[in-house]
Amino acid sequence: MTTQQTSFWTRYANPAAFQRLSARIAPLAGGGAVALFAVGLYFALIGSPAARDHGEAVRILYAHVPAAWMSLACYTYMAAASLVGFVWKHPLADVAAKSIAPIGATFTALTLITGSLWGKPGWGAWWVWDARVTSVLILFFMYLGYMALWNAIEEPTRAARIAAIACLVGFINIPIIKFSVDWWNTLHQPASFTKQGAVDGAIALPTWLLFSAYVLAFFWMLLVNMNAELAERRAARLEAGARPTSTLVAEPAE
Amino acid sequence: MNKKQKRLAFVSSAVVVAGLAVTLVMTALSSSVAYFYTPSDLAAADERPTNTIRLGGLVAAGSVAYAEGTEARVDFIIEDGAHSTPVTYVGVLPDLFREGQGVIAQGRIGPDGVLAASQILAKHDETYMPREVAEALKEQGVWQGEPPAE
Repeated sequence: MTTQQTSFWTRYANPAAFQRLSARIAPLAGGGAVALFAVGLYFALIGSPAARDHGEAVRILYAHVPAAWMSLACYTYMAAASLVGFVWKHPLADVAAKSIAPIGATFTALTLITGSLWGKPGWGAWWVWDARVTSVLILFFMYLGYMALWNAIEEPTRAARIAAIACLVGFINIPIIKFSVDWWNTLHQPASFTKQGAVDGAIALPTWLLFSAYVLAFFWMLLVNMNAELAERRAARLEAGARPTSTLVAEPAE
Repeated sequence: MNKKQKRLAFVSSAVVVAGLAVTLVMTALSSSVAYFYTPSDLAAADERPTNTIRLGGLVAAGSVAYAEGTEARVDFIIEDGAHSTPVTYVGVLPDLFREGQGVIAQGRIGPDGVLAASQILAKHDETYMPREVAEALKEQGVWQGEPPAE
């Protein structure tokens, strides 16, 4: 490997360098999220029309659909970070994977709650056990299980290893969720936004604005969580009697 | 193999094995994972199911009849293009219920071949457009109506 290839990979493996970088990025992501939420909520609640069939209830879509995308995206990032942490032992990858889990669980809970609120006016039921709804509920439990594994195992390197395997095996659920509406008869309608002409521009605009807000909020929460996790680990090492200077260098790769 | 390759091989095989297991389970369960049957599924079945089922399809045009009197009974026909099944239901219908709309009726089929539904769910499609746009399209005669549900 050339030095140029290794530089980015290893530079932010140093927690101190990562914390300097995230201190600059986190406020930008948080501020951007607040601004996009303000604009997005205006278009979602005031600046957009009622829909044919759904009437005013279509506004639930603007919270539901981006949250559903985020619930899948968070798990995908978590699986990618778990793979990098498990195979290449990048010291920040495990921290990232652990930090994504509660955010992903929150987006999944938001998906289920807003879906239920929309299900009553749309379908006529708060809850149904069709393939889409059930597979998303399983995703929610997988996030909870992943977090429980981290809490149950005391030693971080061992917890990271076992949680990573669980996360990667559970990734099978992601394509099942995505294609459940195509593979089986479901009450849930098939994908709209990837279908040409299915979503009118006036309804797509608030969706994309709020999705962008969710993405920036995700990065902001991720950086805050990762910094908290790094601080917690340093505190644990200090308590265990490690010398303070050793916390500034990256942990050995193996 | 060095340590990295071993770890990569381990995790890849774990994912492949789990994927195979899930695929086998889903293939075995494919008929029970389906949320509803269609009238064609019923017609193709060897004998009429006696347990509670969900039947999905479109509400046939002109088939909806509201019963006289205080009882909120409605009779209609669910069709899927090839076959149709009569349905009777007492209760509150979802807002999206109307002729041509995709619905799912849950209940038992009586000896007369009529599905006595205990619940009606509306299955809406994946298109979203403002009311004004839909009305303008209708006025211009461009409106194609509901695309057929599966």
